Amino acid sequence: MTEDDRVGIVGLGIHPFGRHPGVSGLEMAAMAVRAALADAGARWEDVDFAAGGSDASGNADTTVSVLGLTGVPFINVKNGCATGGSALITAHAMLASGEAELALVVGFDKHPPGAFNPLPGEWGIGSWYGETGLMLTTQFFALKIQRYMAEHGISPSTLGKVAAKAFRNGSLNDNAWRRTALSEEEILASRMVNHPLTQYMFCSPGEGAVALVLARGERLRRSARTPVYLRSVAFRTRRFGSFEVFSPSIPVESAPSPTTEAAAAAFEQAGIGPGDVDVVQLQDTESGAEVMHLAETGLCEHGEQEALIQSGATEIGGRLPVNTDGGCLANGEPIGASGLRQVHEVALQLRGDAGDRQVPERCRVGFTQVYGAPGVSACAVLSR
Amino acid sequence: MPDGTRVTPITEGLFTGPSDTPRLIGSRCTACGVVTFPRQESCPRCASLAVEERLLARRGTLWSWTIQCFPPKSPPYVPVDSDEFEPYGVGYVELPGEVRVEARLTEADPARLAIGMPMELVLVRAPGAGDVVTFAFRPVSEEVSP
Repeated sequence: MTEDDRVGIVGLGIHPFGRHPGVSGLEMAAMAVRAALADAGARWEDVDFAAGGSDASGNADTTVSVLGLTGVPFINVKNGCATGGSALITAHAMLASGEAELALVVGFDKHPPGAFNPLPGEWGIGSWYGETGLMLTTQFFALKIQRYMAEHGISPSTLGKVAAKAFRNGSLNDNAWRRTALSEEEILASRMVNHPLTQYMFCSPGEGAVALVLARGERLRRSARTPVYLRSVAFRTRRFGSFEVFSPSIPVESAPSPTTEAAAAAFEQAGIGPGDVDVVQLQDTESGAEVMHLAETGLCEHGEQEALIQSGATEIGGRLPVNTDGGCLANGEPIGASGLRQVHEVALQLRGDAGDRQVPERCRVGFTQVYGAPGVSACAVLSR
Repeated sequence: MPDGTRVTPITEGLFTGPSDTPRLIGSRCTACGVVTFPRQESCPRCASLAVEERLLARRGTLWSWTIQCFPPKSPPYVPVDSDEFEPYGVGYVELPGEVRVEARLTEADPARLAIGMPMELVLVRAPGAGDVVTFAFRPVSEEVSP
């Protein structure tokens, strides 16, 4: 890839995550977009491509009515947990192909309190599945980590440490929802939700918005900010044999997860290996997801997480800092915004602008992974 | 199976009976051999339309488990007074050489569940009102093991 083909992130904008009564998802999105444009030193009318979406808060291109009706081609994305990743891959492709010079991606959402309550019919399953109490994402995550712990020697203490790290990192992040540090003991002793996962090991559906401004060519060279290069984005859906949410049955033969395949593709496209990564954002819907995704992405071997996490290697000061902004556990999960929050955080770290939670040394390569129902994953590699 | 002869399956085509020896109704791809549950009209692996009905084994081993400790939202869960909510077990049971089936478990005590333990298909009363039954797996006690 020549220098002219490179795609960079030149503007970052975020609306704080959490609960914001009286503020709509679209209003949060517009605020994040304005912040990203200001950060980039760019004007809305200069944006020549936009993509974005939410899962439950409306069409992203409705924001143009408050940002200005400039005629910009704007693709609405609604792709579950991969909404942000799908917007990002679309913008990346438009820029890399030379179709656009300055692009905007935005993701936002606003969910009511409590677990999601998807309906079986929308997922191709009979109503009996929901009626008998099997249609819960929390059950899937519990069943997956329960099996994984038995196969790979992961302890409950490690699940507690993942959550304790998330809340500790969240306490250093003004945009996070949960900013109170909790000890491993408090997390392990909290109410059992789905064995082996307790209340504080789960993230909650929430609210928030993130916008990114991306550029190529002359726009990238002239950018006001030190660019962070988006080296690759890859997106995959599940194969036959991958263990996924909302599965009344799973085959006896197993296959690599969509995360494994998306991560491998992202590293290959970037020409960068997992061993080169200095800062990581992983989907941590619950503690076990972060543990499993560490290995599915190739950042460590299956089973190696126990020693890695117990030794503190995934802390901000460790060898492989993971979820430095507190991840989903401390930020909550507004579905449309969640994947872009990860990219926002890695870009901030690579710029050296992460403040109290800045990874202290040699932060040149970052990696993000978002995963969700019914088995989709998007991964990105970024570098300075 | 719950007492009474006038029980109704939660949906048709999911299991045989109602009886004391129910079988789950799955399908098998005649092209590649993959077994699915519930029955479906095409093969999720090779996309063949040549699938046939197959009654699945009644016994298998517990592949993974959890306890559902909070009442699921309604819908889709059948409305149950939350004061009456009782935690229930959920697991995947591997039917040897066939498929791993997700189901409610009759056991809700985490101390009495372990990966690898033998399990057997039974019918239980479905949540909510009425004489509706659904399928579940129960631990096979040693006394009745063959």
